[in-house]
Amino acid sequence: MKTDTLIARLAQNPAPLATPSAIFTKGLGGGIVVAFVLTGALLGFRHDFLHAMAGWAYWAKFAYTLALAIAGFVIVERLARPGTDTGHRLLLVAAALVLAAAGALGQWLSAPEAQHAKLFFGGSWRVCVPLIVLVSLPIFVGVIAALRQLAPTRPVAAGAAAGLLAGAAGAFVYGFHCNESALVFVSIWYSAGIAAMTALGAITGRWLLRW
Amino acid sequence: MRTSHERAENELKALMVAALAGDGAAYHRLLKALTPHLRAYFARRLHVGAEAEDLVQETLIAIHTKRASYDCSQPFTAWLHAIARYKLIDHFRKSGSRKTVALEEADAVTAESDSEAAEAARDVEQLLATLPEAKRALLRQVKLDGLSTAEAAAATGMSESAVKVGVHRSLQALIKRIGGKA
Repeated sequence: MKTDTLIARLAQNPAPLATPSAIFTKGLGGGIVVAFVLTGALLGFRHDFLHAMAGWAYWAKFAYTLALAIAGFVIVERLARPGTDTGHRLLLVAAALVLAAAGALGQWLSAPEAQHAKLFFGGSWRVCVPLIVLVSLPIFVGVIAALRQLAPTRPVAAGAAAGLLAGAAGAFVYGFHCNESALVFVSIWYSAGIAAMTALGAITGRWLLRW
Repeated sequence: MRTSHERAENELKALMVAALAGDGAAYHRLLKALTPHLRAYFARRLHVGAEAEDLVQETLIAIHTKRASYDCSQPFTAWLHAIARYKLIDHFRKSGSRKTVALEEADAVTAESDSEAAEAARDVEQLLATLPEAKRALLRQVKLDGLSTAEAAAATGMSESAVKVGVHRSLQALIKRIGGKA
């Protein structure tokens, strides 16, 4: 085809079909809904939900996973657009990690030694990482689908950021099932689940995000 | 250089913003304006002309299908360049060559083609400005506007041989000025 013919054809549809916010709302929002349904159907939500909400420790894991999810989202949003850089957004991830680690360290040091094993392993450390990955997967699929409609020019980085976002949002959802709330536990095993998703995104991004 | 880049940025960005709002004419003008830049960008980096034209078309299609990803608060030329560069790297990957693409300024696409020609034209104008008025007019007629010696002679009322000598001396003067050897 002649280039001029091509241009004339393309120019007939100037306005894009969907805005990035609509694309992300659909992909991310849809993924989170599926993750909630999956958690409810497969794992069940913890029954002492209302009781647990009274303790501050209950909120800590949600604050942590939500902060990482927000950091992941603002990074994904930048990496979805050619010619932009992530600026200081990586610092948000670092801040969330450092704050959680500091809280965990404080908890560890102030607890009697007899409780250390309980703080570290909780009652569910074996299943924590695989279940977070499982709950995160629908969110990951949604975010990748959104990114594929946009234009990530750094597919490995964008894939990793998508994994971080999906892992953190998935861990947030998983938090409604899991009855662990010790910061030591959360900052180790939740973080490991989120890291696994980040690695999965980095590894698969090269193929999933090609355009 | 900087100012021509800023001008390109402002013009192209205004067209893009209008296009995203649904202005088909602006979008058509934008794609038309980008094509020579892209052509020069790829032609310089590939050595097969047909491949360059394929990449121009592929990039135009990518600009089209990915146009939602442009954030109007960000520079348009950086967005354009990132897409062109991505397509170039993709082309090297597909063709199996191990070529790497050097890091470039974000305005590498728009800095080529038209603005290079524009800069060359500006250099010529600056050089011409150093000549006296009459000689400048004569040189412009013969060398830039493409008049024949006879036409220039008729237009200026000089003899043909005087035109030839005048043009020759003016060129000599300019060559001396830019430090070349006649």
